[in-house]
Amino acid sequence: MSGSSAVADTAGEPLVRFDKVVKSFGSLVVLKELDLAVAAHEKVSLIGPSGSGKTTVLRALMTLEPIQSGVIYVEGEPLTHMPRNGGLVPADARYKRRMRSKIGMVFQQFNLFPHMTALQNCIEAPLSVLGLGKDEAVARARELLQMVGLGDKIDRYPGQLSGGQQQRVAIARALAMRPKVMLFDEVTSALDPEVIGEVLAVIRDIGTEYKLTMLMVTHQMGFAREFSDRVCFFYNGAILEDGPPEQIFGNARHERTRQFLRAVLEAQ
Amino acid sequence: MNDIFNFAFAIQILPLLAKAAVITVEMTLAGFLLALPTGLLLVSLRLYAPRPIGLGATALIEFLRGTPLLAQLFFMFFVFPLWGIRLPVTAIGILALGFHYGAYYSEVYRGGIESVGRGQWEACQALNLGPLRGFFRIILPQAIVPIVPAMGNYLIALFKETPILSAIGVAELMQTAKVIGSDTFQYTEPITLTGVFFLVMSLISAAGVRWLERRVKGVHR
Repeated sequence: MSGSSAVADTAGEPLVRFDKVVKSFGSLVVLKELDLAVAAHEKVSLIGPSGSGKTTVLRALMTLEPIQSGVIYVEGEPLTHMPRNGGLVPADARYKRRMRSKIGMVFQQFNLFPHMTALQNCIEAPLSVLGLGKDEAVARARELLQMVGLGDKIDRYPGQLSGGQQQRVAIARALAMRPKVMLFDEVTSALDPEVIGEVLAVIRDIGTEYKLTMLMVTHQMGFAREFSDRVCFFYNGAILEDGPPEQIFGNARHERTRQFLRAVLEAQ
Repeated sequence: MNDIFNFAFAIQILPLLAKAAVITVEMTLAGFLLALPTGLLLVSLRLYAPRPIGLGATALIEFLRGTPLLAQLFFMFFVFPLWGIRLPVTAIGILALGFHYGAYYSEVYRGGIESVGRGQWEACQALNLGPLRGFFRIILPQAIVPIVPAMGNYLIALFKETPILSAIGVAELMQTAKVIGSDTFQYTEPITLTGVFFLVMSLISAAGVRWLERRVKGVHR
């Protein structure tokens, strides 16, 4: 890497940092004192068996799940707590909104607004949350929908689009908020096999065109290997092994990791 | 002359009844227009307010649904003045209809709101839409579509309950029919015409609701 300013940023505080994060549902502990640091512009794939906690990492980061202990930092600031009188207190709504605005998320089930067209889906939040003017929001949404290959379908309702097209709208919608971190939660799992490629292609484009930090939970091992800077293998609420894709896929240290990859690759 | 049904008399009282029918329709619409926001407020409190307020809203909903409209009407008519609240009878009628059916509508809204997937709320949060904006722009529009037929059916039910207002002397259709009857000792014609009016209006409304039902099925799905 060159000595650009982007790299200088990463040299200091990571963009996202999980510090001993514990998440449990009742007696079931989903994240066990998880530590994870993601540098700015890093693309990290989270893989592992279901129930291993990888989706919870994204949901906690998006503030969709409260955590029981530990702290999540984004750009060095705690996500759900704000500093006051030398300590940390639970964040108020304004602080949470400001922190959340750094993060965008794409869901397995798309979660598009079914009563709004593709364009309306992409301008709703920029208009009301970012306070953009109508013209600016529309221009931004058009450009993004163009980029995801749906420039000719901006007036379609989600129900009139295929799964792959809906997911691409959802990606455009998240990008319209200009987040610094994009979270992809099994975004191809609900799709027919023949449209998975078009969604992955869009994610690949975003990775090269935007300076984004990306965290992605995926079962697409080929994509994770080719696309990510780093792969984290989750097992039982902790990261058992993480490293560059060549290491995880080519030369995993842990038997559990190798077992998982064998099973997944066999199934595919 | 016909002993069973006097057509000449029926025609003679028709203008009077028509005027009263307008009041019936007005009371229906006013009650409906009050019930819609009342139901929305009650369900919002029930689902989203802090627990004590939510429980209070639930209790109020159950109370309004579990006691007769006539009792609520009499309570407002006889007890409110004791507390210094004096309202015209039409206002009492509208309030009673609006609150009573508001409680029913809150349950209808709840069904609709709970039919909207959790993922929609999560998308709102991920996009940083605040709770109010998320509710009114995203959740509610989706919740309304499937409950339009149920709302229409409650509107018809509300319409058919307006004769209860005659108990406190609102000059709606039934009250007018009773007054004509007691003035002329001829009840058959005014009461029959009143019944026919309700039947015709209900049938037309029911057809309207069925039409809406078909329209709604095709929306965005």
